[in-house]
Amino acid sequence: MSILIDKNTRVMTQGITGKTGQFHTKMGKEYANGANCYVAGVNPKKPGESYEGIPIFATVREAKEQTGANVSVIYVPPPFAAAAIDEAVEADLDLVICITEGIPVRDMIRTKYKMQGKRTKLIGPNCPGVITPDEIKIGIMPGHIHKKGPIGVVSRSGTLTYEAVGQLREQRLGQSSCVGIGGDPVNGLKHIDIMKMFNDDPATEAVIMVGEIGGSDEEECARWIKANMRKPVVGFIAGITAPPGKRMGHAGAIISGGKGTAAEKLAVMEECGIKVTRNPAHMGKLLKSVLK
Amino acid sequence: MKIHEYQAKEILRKYGVTTPKGIPCFSVEETVDAANRLGGKVWVVKAQIHAGGRGKGGGVKVAKSVGEVKQYASQILGMMLKTHQTGPEGQKVRRLLVEEGADIKKELYVGMVVDRGTQRVCLMASSEGGMDIEEVAAKTPEKIHKVFIDPATGLKDSESDDIARKIGIPEASVAKARAALQGLYRAFDETDASLAEINPLILTGGGDVIALDAKMNFDDNALFRHPDIVAMRDLDEEDPAEIEASKFDLSYISLDGNIGCLVNGAGLAMATMDITKLYGGSPANFLDVGGGASAEKVTEAFKIMLKNPHVKAILVNIFGGIMKCDVIAEGIVTAARQVKLTVPLVVRLEGTNVDLGKKILADSGLPIISGNNMADAAAKVVKATGGSGKPPAQTPAAKLKPAAKAKPAAKRKPKPKSKPKPQAKPKSRSKSRPAKKAAPKRVAASSKKRKQSVKSKPAKKRTARKASRKTAGKGKRK
Repeated sequence: MSILIDKNTRVMTQGITGKTGQFHTKMGKEYANGANCYVAGVNPKKPGESYEGIPIFATVREAKEQTGANVSVIYVPPPFAAAAIDEAVEADLDLVICITEGIPVRDMIRTKYKMQGKRTKLIGPNCPGVITPDEIKIGIMPGHIHKKGPIGVVSRSGTLTYEAVGQLREQRLGQSSCVGIGGDPVNGLKHIDIMKMFNDDPATEAVIMVGEIGGSDEEECARWIKANMRKPVVGFIAGITAPPGKRMGHAGAIISGGKGTAAEKLAVMEECGIKVTRNPAHMGKLLKSVLK
Repeated sequence: MKIHEYQAKEILRKYGVTTPKGIPCFSVEETVDAANRLGGKVWVVKAQIHAGGRGKGGGVKVAKSVGEVKQYASQILGMMLKTHQTGPEGQKVRRLLVEEGADIKKELYVGMVVDRGTQRVCLMASSEGGMDIEEVAAKTPEKIHKVFIDPATGLKDSESDDIARKIGIPEASVAKARAALQGLYRAFDETDASLAEINPLILTGGGDVIALDAKMNFDDNALFRHPDIVAMRDLDEEDPAEIEASKFDLSYISLDGNIGCLVNGAGLAMATMDITKLYGGSPANFLDVGGGASAEKVTEAFKIMLKNPHVKAILVNIFGGIMKCDVIAEGIVTAARQVKLTVPLVVRLEGTNVDLGKKILADSGLPIISGNNMADAAAKVVKATGGSGKPPAQTPAAKLKPAAKAKPAAKRKPKPKSKPKPQAKPKSRSKSRPAKKAAPKRVAASSKKRKQSVKSKPAKKRTARKASRKTAGKGKRK
């Protein structure tokens, strides 16, 4: 088992004809069951063409109807990416994973507004994607560092997720699924949503939660964990040394009004029974220590 | 991106927000001319810098004659204006705004930010304008009123009028407040602003509602569709290193430590800064080279880091995913040769083609110190700058504040080694660099620097924190 995606997921790539979209679609297709999973591409100007044997359709709806794809991954450039999410939501897909970085916040506010009442889930934007090791990889993470196993990973950052996975590998621990929810302030699923899924996933025995400064998503997730989580969770928050008021790369990573500091997040997480570390090199070790 | 007050007022006027008449000036002569053109008996001379708190710092003066306008303008123009948002060195005043005086009856506060919780734009307003709004929010949160604006409808008449009444606008002026509030929202929305603030919004003796001050920041990701706003950018107000970095699509922020950090990915970059600090060092910058770092980008990143005279060592931390480690290693070697690197360089590579990458570094003949993992790399770079290179035991738990139960600290404490190593490392490299004597000297010098920077840090942090509270704070207090 896993969360969000598995070997039976059928994926379409929106933005399959761009350089990034092509590269990562190819990598995804070559990973585990990818050859069966990647079934369609979308480009309104190039219907009827194909890439790596994957047929290209003009619209998401058409791609879904023709191939049965239920998930889309978006590599569309930032000015058009929110509209691409809208199209996937309109087509009633199960899940949309938006990798695109740099979407204007105003566009995302409108997209999130349109998503109200729709069943489609959104991961990202500005995220590395989702991987269920040895089954399917959707996104830009390096597949080879992952291994199937009992640990769930959820993170707002890309390379820091890889770091966590790398440390799990050193501890000989594999992952059930790894989810990068992205570093933007207005985005899809949050830590808490992913945590609920890991809680319900029989294949997940423990979770690493990696957060960063800004917002209060980690705190909300921590409070939910305290009340509901049946599995051990360990955490790290990046940005304890970040000065307030400075945007640290991710649009969401900014301490404002003294809120959203790493110290505050760590304090709440500890209060809620989550084992936290202030040392980003100790995420794997810490997780190992809480396993029965 | 930030703009000046006079520019924000230009934008707001286009959206129907009333402001005092004013003229931006770049010289003392221009202010005299501006005062004459504006007419009247009272003028306000306002320093235009991208920081708040200008009045308290002496950057805003009320003049009762054209002579006084000239006098104040010559005082303010060119001064290093220090406010709680500028840092201790202050910001040079290069532009002034001369405005007609206003008849202030009541000072109110209005601000707008994107609220993460509701994922909507939030309008905040208070009857307590013109003063430290963060204090109002902290002590009397009931005096801050909020509306989370529906993106489909915009700010409704009913919402606007309701909030106007709540902040004490008299019935006769509610329609005028509506024009100001709805204009502010339309300006915010249509320009892709990330923050807009009018403090104070005033009610005049005649019942008018006027924006006496204005501040707007914009979403960098949306600037591509606002060339008019990009044209308002004032590079004099920005950190030259950050401007240089942005040209190469590098995300860079200057900090006050002495260890240059070059990392791929924002989260890992922050984590690298954190671990450097945890091991007793102090990062000189945040630098994210992004996912698609080329050799050229890495070289530029090195140049930017090394322009900072405080940098005493460099830590490269790369987790190569799609980026192959051998490509990065080539970039590092090229960069190190091009910039004639003279400070210790610690490199930690992980991920795709890591062995090949490490071999390239080793074969280069360059004195590159290899870090086996993040902790090892952090320890080595901190030692290279004369720090302890040891985790928590050295870092007072109090420093990390609240929940510093520091369990991991206690666990890791009994690690005996490391003391002899600090010297060992520089020595092994000293073949290809100065003389043995130089090593301890450098260490001494750098540790002095460190002390200084540690001293100056709290002050700077405090100001920066206040700054952020001032700018974006209210949005977070939902």
